[in-house]
Amino acid sequence: MKLKKVKGDKIAIDMTPMIDIVFQLLTFFVMTLKIATAEGDFNIRMPLAAPRAGPPDPNQLPPMKLFLKADSGGNCSRVVMNDSEFSGGDRWTRLHNHVAGIVGDGSLAASAEVELVCDYNLHYSHVIEAITAVSGEIRDGQIVKLVEKIKFSPPVSP
Amino acid sequence: MGFKAKKVEIEAHELDMTPMIDMTFQLIAFFMILINFEAAEQDARVVLPSSALAKPPEAPFESPITIQMTKEGNPVLGAELYADRKALMPKLKNEVYVLQSQNSSAANATIIIRAHKNCKTGDVQDLIKVCQEVGFEKFTLRANEETGY
Repeated sequence: MKLKKVKGDKIAIDMTPMIDIVFQLLTFFVMTLKIATAEGDFNIRMPLAAPRAGPPDPNQLPPMKLFLKADSGGNCSRVVMNDSEFSGGDRWTRLHNHVAGIVGDGSLAASAEVELVCDYNLHYSHVIEAITAVSGEIRDGQIVKLVEKIKFSPPVSP
Repeated sequence: MGFKAKKVEIEAHELDMTPMIDMTFQLIAFFMILINFEAAEQDARVVLPSSALAKPPEAPFESPITIQMTKEGNPVLGAELYADRKALMPKLKNEVYVLQSQNSSAANATIIIRAHKNCKTGDVQDLIKVCQEVGFEKFTLRANEETGY
């Protein structure tokens, strides 16, 4: 009995549709990609309860009031703290040095508090600049904290 | 005199597409890992101010709620724009109910405020006041990390 040898034909799979779908997926992901910058946070204290009455703690610095005045366009026109006014292009640097002089070597940093008194129409970016100036500085790539407690005074509607 | 034209057979060269398909799969894998569908947390209308001290938090916040504020002072919560801060109150009360159902409270939640750099400071303060009326106590102001380039 003769046995026939059956030659198996090679089956070629057409990859074209798979490549098409792959390019569709790639286009989708390229279109939906959004490059976002890293974001950071500044914690602020906004307690609901009023400060308790009684003698002040001698080990605690009284809150430093920082006044930020705005012009008609919302730009910061005056920066005043402890009757000292800071103006010019380097006002935030001088404000930082002033706060550093009050807080000292950092031993009082945990108890130091800054209260921001801002005009209603002041641009929010100036508030962040002020918080940056009083919060600390970057030294040798590390953040050195200056004042950790920051709060807002009650807003005054125009 | 006859000319015999020789038949020149041109061999068809087939391009090997394997490396191109490999690179395409690599690109797909790259973009799939990078893709982030949390569009509600970053509204394109809000341009944050920059700060050199703005660093990402070391630990994630407990029960974070992100509220964004446009240049005009309109709050945005959950990708929905509200006309003013007062209109936000029912939604904030809903958030408090959700927190209470999870055995938490508004006092434990952190409100993350992403405000446009040119919005009014008073609008941000009013937003904080509305959140306080509902019971939130912890707030954090978000800014872009300022890079040297």
